[in-house]
Amino acid sequence: MAKPASAPSKSKFQSKSQAKPQAKPQSKPAKPVVEPAESGKPVPRVSRPAEPVTAVEMGARQREISVSEFFTKNRHLLGFDNPRKALLTCVKEAVDNALDACEEGGILPDILVKLEVVPDGATVPAVSQATRFRITVGDNGPGIVKQQIPRIFAKLLYGSKFHRLRMSRGQQGIGISAAGMYGQLTTGKPVKITSRTNARSAAHYFEVQIDTKKNEPRILENKQVDWEQPRGTQVALEVEGRYQKGRASVDEYLEQTIISNPHVQLAYVTPEGETRTFPRTYKELPPSPREIKPHPYGIEFGMFLKMLHDTKSHTLSGFLASDFCRVSSALAAEMCKTAKLSPHARPRDIHGHPAEMLYKTIQTTKIMAPPTNCLAPIGEQAILSGLYKQIKGEFYTAVSRPPAVYRGNPFIIEAGLAYGKRPGETAAAQKPADRPLAEGEEHERDDELARVIRYANRVPLLYQQSACATFKAVLDTTWRNYGVTQSRGALPAGPLVIFVHMASVWVPFTSESKEAIADYDEIRKEITLALRECGRRLGLFLRRRERAQGEFRRRNIFELYIEEVAEACNRLKGGKLRTEKLKAQLQKIANSRTGGMKTDEALGKTGGGPEGLPHSIIVTPEGIEGEVAVAVESVPGPGGVVSAQQADLPAGELPAGKQGKTGSKPARPGPAAKHPKGKAAQLALFVGEAPGGRKPHAMSVKAGKTSRSRHKK
Amino acid sequence: MAKTKHKHNGAVAKKLVGLADVVITAAERSKDPTLAIPIRALSNVSFNPRNGLIEMGKKKQARSFFNVAMAKKFMQTILVADALSELQRSDLTTSLREIYYRTKHTIKDSHENTFDTQDESDPVIEDLEVSLAALREELHVRAENGGSVVGPLVLEDDGDRVDCAKLGKGGYSVPSIVESEYVGIRRCTADFVLLVEKGTQWNRLSEDKFWKRYNCVLLTGNGQPPRGVRRLARRLHEEYKLPVYVLVDNDPWGYYIYSVVKQGSINLAFESQRMAIPKAKFIGLSSADPERYGLPRNVGIKLNEKDIARAKELLNYQWFQKPVWQAEIKRMLASGLKYELDSLANKDFQYLTKKYLPRKLKEKDWID
Repeated sequence: MAKPASAPSKSKFQSKSQAKPQAKPQSKPAKPVVEPAESGKPVPRVSRPAEPVTAVEMGARQREISVSEFFTKNRHLLGFDNPRKALLTCVKEAVDNALDACEEGGILPDILVKLEVVPDGATVPAVSQATRFRITVGDNGPGIVKQQIPRIFAKLLYGSKFHRLRMSRGQQGIGISAAGMYGQLTTGKPVKITSRTNARSAAHYFEVQIDTKKNEPRILENKQVDWEQPRGTQVALEVEGRYQKGRASVDEYLEQTIISNPHVQLAYVTPEGETRTFPRTYKELPPSPREIKPHPYGIEFGMFLKMLHDTKSHTLSGFLASDFCRVSSALAAEMCKTAKLSPHARPRDIHGHPAEMLYKTIQTTKIMAPPTNCLAPIGEQAILSGLYKQIKGEFYTAVSRPPAVYRGNPFIIEAGLAYGKRPGETAAAQKPADRPLAEGEEHERDDELARVIRYANRVPLLYQQSACATFKAVLDTTWRNYGVTQSRGALPAGPLVIFVHMASVWVPFTSESKEAIADYDEIRKEITLALRECGRRLGLFLRRRERAQGEFRRRNIFELYIEEVAEACNRLKGGKLRTEKLKAQLQKIANSRTGGMKTDEALGKTGGGPEGLPHSIIVTPEGIEGEVAVAVESVPGPGGVVSAQQADLPAGELPAGKQGKTGSKPARPGPAAKHPKGKAAQLALFVGEAPGGRKPHAMSVKAGKTSRSRHKK
Repeated sequence: MAKTKHKHNGAVAKKLVGLADVVITAAERSKDPTLAIPIRALSNVSFNPRNGLIEMGKKKQARSFFNVAMAKKFMQTILVADALSELQRSDLTTSLREIYYRTKHTIKDSHENTFDTQDESDPVIEDLEVSLAALREELHVRAENGGSVVGPLVLEDDGDRVDCAKLGKGGYSVPSIVESEYVGIRRCTADFVLLVEKGTQWNRLSEDKFWKRYNCVLLTGNGQPPRGVRRLARRLHEEYKLPVYVLVDNDPWGYYIYSVVKQGSINLAFESQRMAIPKAKFIGLSSADPERYGLPRNVGIKLNEKDIARAKELLNYQWFQKPVWQAEIKRMLASGLKYELDSLANKDFQYLTKKYLPRKLKEKDWID
């Protein structure tokens, strides 16, 4: 039996490796179905089995393997290795598709995610014990035309995103159909789809399954239905899974999705039946990325040959100029000349050595970097807004790097930080520690390590953290320089969340399940630069905080001890002392010795909202400060004032660059002249945008007004 | 006697209240309240060769309230002063540890304790002793009863007559305060005092009734002798003119114990006047003894790094500059070994009682 078993497994491998090169940039639409046919004929092995089998016998057993069959056996490659991860992958694929569809249709996404426990006969198992779930994901996107529904949901490697160079969440066209296949495999239930393209046309309801042998959809049900939604798509899957909260859970995935997609409104119905809503915090759709042609630097030789063969151009120079980006006809002609080929040669006739020459020439010719309008970065404002919304902290900052290129693919790295604990929460957390300490006891130290949240094209990456370029870059950054403790080779310690996003037309994942970004030098370098900038700002914030707190602690010490000393003196004097007077006298000395008003200012006690850090938010017990304050819903709790003022610190406290702009007048009055121009413009932008209708945003509108009136002064 | 005691206390109580006045006066003048505390370290002690005592210098450290590094210490000092003053008022004595517990509490509106461990309160008490020039017993603080005495000695303690010759082999436990107001010496017929470092050797000598045969007072302090033991030895030496011999291990720590008994300690230099016995003699174990008494090399212990460092420190102390002492310490360093008193048992359980000490006394083989 050894022989036949080895043959298909080898061919399987081939069919997979065959699928892979497809994942390279390609200008021309290929046939919709990937034919694993050519890989289906394995080369007979020469090894001698115990019982000889003739070539004829072997031939009888050799047959084609469909991509569906392959992935059925290798579902771990797509992220379905265990029930917990499978549940997440299904949700993820459906949500990613929904978001892509909405954005492509120019619609602000309204997403519904619902997880339900499927009853086991008459009994409904507890959520933590349940093994079967029904996943429903709905969107308000453009809908899907009736004819395409079965193939999109029940045919692997079918989709619109693979053959183009454009930034999107999905890439291969495997995701949702693989999720459906997984459901079919584990529960036998079909995928149920309802979709409607506009209010005038009817809604269509489908139940489809995948014919794994042929990789073709099998339609079980197809009817028109009444649907309250005027437009959109809803997918329902029934899968075997396990629901657990915490790391790499559905909940975490959705929370992180909201951070990177603040323009999304999401309602999430947990298996417990609780509905969690994540309101939209950023009301602008990300700019729709353009599609681009491959850049000559990014192409591999085999791919280049294929393009030569498939091109519609009749001349070589025409082919170069029209099938690649950043190649002008002049440049094309020059390249042909250098490669000693005629610019008028038929591309189809070029192969072998001349093709290789041409390829080498292209790689050595200086060509402009690819255009970057194919990318839609999240943007600093939106990142801040998302972080602020989802992570409780006291300092936030975000950096978008300028576009860069790896292997001919343009990409943008964005990084963000959320640091600390909300002032209100620290107090709450300290409550239990309020009892007096006994000898040998110490205050519990917070030794938690930083959390890295990673994104590729706005999709959170939850698994294989340590294999990811972003994670490695975080480890390699010397956080100690920025006032954060870090042990050798470990994550920095402290209440820190590090956000890294890579936006690219082609994100190089380390595997099909899209869990980690491959470690290209160019990518790593950009991530490192972004992290350093974030770190510098954090360092500045921390140092300033520390200085103020040092003073504060000093005074605090005196305040605490004055009480003790005065009371003890009173007892020594037999209780006849006017302690209040003594305390007041001592307090006066203390104030005169600890910087007095200056410290108050540094601590923001006099109302001077500091810091002058670009693209950052700072949260203090008095409220939030920073430029994005307006885009953000107000802080709950006492005195949740959204303050739009900036740079009320004495000039000495500001980073050098800002000084000139902000003027050197010390505290109080904050007239418009003091605001850096750029900030004012940003504020105005937000004010203009904020619609008055929604309740949660009432605060932001108010803040907008305040900032405006301040400007008028 | 009770009268003098009270008078004395009144002075100390006043001094303690004076600390509160320092704070109040400074506060009224908008000055930083500051206490001057004599420094208790090697840098502020000197050996006076004329009287053979370690004496404290005049260096003082200013402990001020509005200095972040000292604020807590200052607060603690005032708190301890308050507790000590309370003792004065109610005429109670207490231990160091109880003072620690009495003054420990969590400061209002914080998670900070006034004292975290006793290690913080003990030095503060010593600081007050020095800066107020008050003895510990005057402050009504006593240490644990740290030593034992047996021999032809009759004491009076709280009105009880204590005959140290009739207390079996356990002897009388020496209180930490042995001033004449508390413990009176009624009678003493001994010829000398033998102060032994370790309780085990003291037990051996007591069990063998060594004190009877050689008519001596046997004292031990279980290691570094506490104040009570030192003070009792000093009183016997002073009031009854008894020579004092010190029997310790042959290691740097043993030498230092001897020097503390003889010249006083660095930490308590201010008490040298009252405690030290400049004529005390070092009877053993000398680094020359192993050879002289035929102790085999294998009962020695190799000097470790700490021992060597400490020995070298001793060599530099002014009060170890006599050639005989330099030779003694250098001989130990050269041999690389230290010997415990217990190692004498290698020859015979009663070797110490029957051979070693008799021979030492007979040969007058001691170091001054």
